[in-house]
Amino acid sequence: MSLAYYPGCTLKTRARNLEEPAVASMEALGFKLDEVPRWNCCGAVYSLAEDDLIHQVAPVRNLIRVKKQGKTELVTLCAFCLNTLKRANLLMKEDVAKRDTLNDFIDEGIDYAGEVKVVHLLEVLRDEIGWAALSQKVKVPLRRLKVAPYYGCTLLRPREVAIDDVENPTVLGDFLKALGASPVDFPESTRCCGSYQVVSSPDGIAEYARPILKSALSHGAEALVLTCPLCDYNLGRAQKELAKKQSGFREVPLFYFTQLLALALGLGPRVCRFELNHGGPESLLREKKLLPQVESVQPIGGKQ
Amino acid sequence: MSAKQTKKKSATAAVKPRAKKPATAAVKEEKKTPARLVPIYIMGKRYEVPEGLTIMKAMEHAGYILIRGCGCRGGTCGACGTVYRKPGDYKLQVALACQKTVEPDMYIAQIPFFPANRAVYDFAGLTGAPEEVFRLYPELFRCVACNSCTKACPQGIEVMDAISALKQGNIAGAAQLSFDCIQCGLCTSRCFGELAQYHMLQLARRIYAARIVPRAEHLADMVKAVNEGRYDRFLDDLKQLKEDELKKLYQEREIEPLAAGEDWRPKDTRYL
Repeated sequence: MSLAYYPGCTLKTRARNLEEPAVASMEALGFKLDEVPRWNCCGAVYSLAEDDLIHQVAPVRNLIRVKKQGKTELVTLCAFCLNTLKRANLLMKEDVAKRDTLNDFIDEGIDYAGEVKVVHLLEVLRDEIGWAALSQKVKVPLRRLKVAPYYGCTLLRPREVAIDDVENPTVLGDFLKALGASPVDFPESTRCCGSYQVVSSPDGIAEYARPILKSALSHGAEALVLTCPLCDYNLGRAQKELAKKQSGFREVPLFYFTQLLALALGLGPRVCRFELNHGGPESLLREKKLLPQVESVQPIGGKQ
Repeated sequence: MSAKQTKKKSATAAVKPRAKKPATAAVKEEKKTPARLVPIYIMGKRYEVPEGLTIMKAMEHAGYILIRGCGCRGGTCGACGTVYRKPGDYKLQVALACQKTVEPDMYIAQIPFFPANRAVYDFAGLTGAPEEVFRLYPELFRCVACNSCTKACPQGIEVMDAISALKQGNIAGAAQLSFDCIQCGLCTSRCFGELAQYHMLQLARRIYAARIVPRAEHLADMVKAVNEGRYDRFLDDLKQLKEDELKKLYQEREIEPLAAGEDWRPKDTRYL
């Protein structure tokens, strides 16, 4: 089965470790992630200004391309892209005056009124495949791996685009359970990572991340699982800084959910692109015997 | 006196002698009917010019002496970017003045040059990583996907798609999509995000050619062979020939058929 799929710019550059395991995993589950033809940037962040319609053009143009592709559902992997596309879609559904202005300006030859359903891959796994069916496909259960599900903001806020219960989300925890891992509940799982504040005040970002990382660790997490490249960037950068500043602070591996999916489906570490991850995930995975052991016994640097 | 004023003055100066010029006898002898005149508006002023002229020739017919905004006159140099509108149509049209023939009532203005930021870089120091392009042209991320650049391209390039490819780190895609670019700059003149698409995409094509496309090793071998004198003897032979012998040789040369396959070989293989 083919699903219209929106990758997003970051997944093609910095976050290949989010995309590549997803494409391989979905293929293993019998789905083809079919890139929207001629997709452009999602808009990067949803514009909240009342009269700033020009920044809705990019997301809406993508949605029009999905409609032109003949699809009714669009799958995203990046939580930020999901948020921007879904909110722009809502605008096109609900605000007739703005819809007309945008359709007129965008000039793609067809009118759009929010017909496409924007979903996250986690929703496909939960609602179309189902946790029980997914767990049956697991070849390498992630046993003994204690992972804190970190949602951040954009999967859950604002309420009208949330993919789960805003206050008490379970989708990432259920996902981890289906893969055989042990989800670690922690109270900061929906706290903001600092988001684009990193652009204007890069030095302040560690203080956003500190309570999140501290809380996850104190609840026994060995790693965090993420859906968003910006969360990954901020938490990854912050924990490097914190480890330097604070004795005793140790970096924790940050996984994308798609990497754990591919690993559990038995697709091997290569497709997961762990070399792009923060916090050295491979040593943890080796420790848990979730990676082929051959790599760990190879002599370092080829010394005789 | 500014260049603009000079241009205007020379325009009026040149238009007068032409207007006085009577139809020549030569034209009558060929029994050509005089071309129908069509009205056009150059920078808002009405002129009547013979139909069938290109915009560039029509401007010259009207008296303009073009010292900028014209180059190859063959549609490849990108010097004569032109915008126009037709009455009753809000759409802005674009053309190369040397290629587009005039249509009645078109309002024309040339945009032969448009200020655009071109990054300074030492190409030898570039590895071809997308981040290098992002650093040189951070304004790339100001694109809002309005698509005005695509609409402004007289070459029919999907400019916005090429810019999207570049944002996605797909330098090969950006280079291939923009292959027909002639650097006229009309995209840049229309850009909402103030990007200089044509410079950015030129960088993409440079990186693509130098860092992504595999090197043609056989070409290097051939250049080496030429430098080492492999063809000197043949050239010396040719230099000895008389003009008519040379002409005969040229006219009777074997030409590769249009539909020749990759394994086609000439009958005379001395030069291979």
